[in-house]
Amino acid sequence: MLRELWDSLNDALEALGAVIQFLLRLIVNTPRALMRFDLISQQIFNSGALSLVIIMLSGLFVGMVLGVQGYELLQRFGSEEALGEAAAIGLVKELGPVVTALLFAGRAGTALASELGLMRATDQISAMEMMAVDPIQRVVVPRFLGGVIAMPLLAAIFSVIGIYGAQLVGVQFMGVDAGSFWSQMRASVALSDINEGIVKSLIFGVACSLIAVYQGYYATPTAEGVGRATTYTVVTSAVVILFLDYLITAAFL
Amino acid sequence: MGKSRTLNLGTGAFVLLGFAALFFLTTQTTSRGLPFMSPPHYDLTAKFDNIGDLKVGSPVSMSGVEIGRVSKIDFDEADFKAVVVLRINARYSQIPTDSDASIYTQGLLGGKFIGLTAGGADTYLKDKDQIDFTQSAFVLESLIGQVLANFTKSKAEAPAAEAAPAAAPADSKAAAKPKAAEKAK
Repeated sequence: MLRELWDSLNDALEALGAVIQFLLRLIVNTPRALMRFDLISQQIFNSGALSLVIIMLSGLFVGMVLGVQGYELLQRFGSEEALGEAAAIGLVKELGPVVTALLFAGRAGTALASELGLMRATDQISAMEMMAVDPIQRVVVPRFLGGVIAMPLLAAIFSVIGIYGAQLVGVQFMGVDAGSFWSQMRASVALSDINEGIVKSLIFGVACSLIAVYQGYYATPTAEGVGRATTYTVVTSAVVILFLDYLITAAFL
Repeated sequence: MGKSRTLNLGTGAFVLLGFAALFFLTTQTTSRGLPFMSPPHYDLTAKFDNIGDLKVGSPVSMSGVEIGRVSKIDFDEADFKAVVVLRINARYSQIPTDSDASIYTQGLLGGKFIGLTAGGADTYLKDKDQIDFTQSAFVLESLIGQVLANFTKSKAEAPAAEAAPAAAPADSKAAAKPKAAEKAK
């Protein structure tokens, strides 16, 4: 019993060490991968632009829910004007980065993992090594960087659409005064809140992309292995995102 | 070639959209705005004994119309007062020199703002002038403290008419007297 616990702890530490080593390899290869910016640009398109629809739709609905819930709660105290403030701070600091990262793990992370896993399973990665093309530099780093660049932009878009959604419900449907909605928001949202959101989404971008490319690159080269890599990508990303979110929030307080 | 062109176009549009969103967040949802877009303004200072939870960015209003914002809050160690810098929109350039500034609360528990009440002087406040007549923030805690002190005092006084005046702090005693007498009846 104790032995098993010790073993699983060892395994977890070993996996963490392997992931960090992989991250260092990616960072070392980044300068040379930057020379081929077209590859990175393509990955920004794959991870970012193709995730736009789901991010925007989710942002709109999350904002609208915030609008309805916030309005219900705040009108009891006769302070429904604070809706703008509540929605903006909630979105910019927490919901924007976290929900975007979860959706990103589901939409782009799985795509990255299964793509790399299939490359591994169909020996494309070995073929590159045979041709003296470094697969890390040619395939993995552009995907990783694309995700890291796309995430903060996606989170910002999510927050803006969410604020629009809250405004739609609060101001258009429920009749909160538009002027006080925006002025209360402006009076209470500080630049540090926005910075916190950006830092969070950057860190989540690194974590999500790293987990996805790691799982895909080291996937067992079978159909089952690729499937498992995809599953692990989502599960690990979700847990890591929420854990990191707690850490960063605590650090910023 | 055509494919990579549309792809680059898509990437560019996405990155542009993302930066537009960041720009919107920093300029439209915070009180920061853009330095080169901020309207012409001038600064007034006012000293308060207590500013409550007035913050940088709180509105400054006159007759309920917002005419500026608090741009800086400092503490003057010489006379132990809070020094508040009010950034007033240059459109409102005719504020009489004997106007007074008070700190009010928006709603029951809302944020604080500064309300200016026009005086009757013929001369107007200019940049870097100081507003001399100020009234501090209404601090809910001290008011509750006073009410509680009155309450305990009136309870103590009820049995033995004037036996226990020590319960309340000295300054609230004067205000408490009439109420306490009423309660005692």
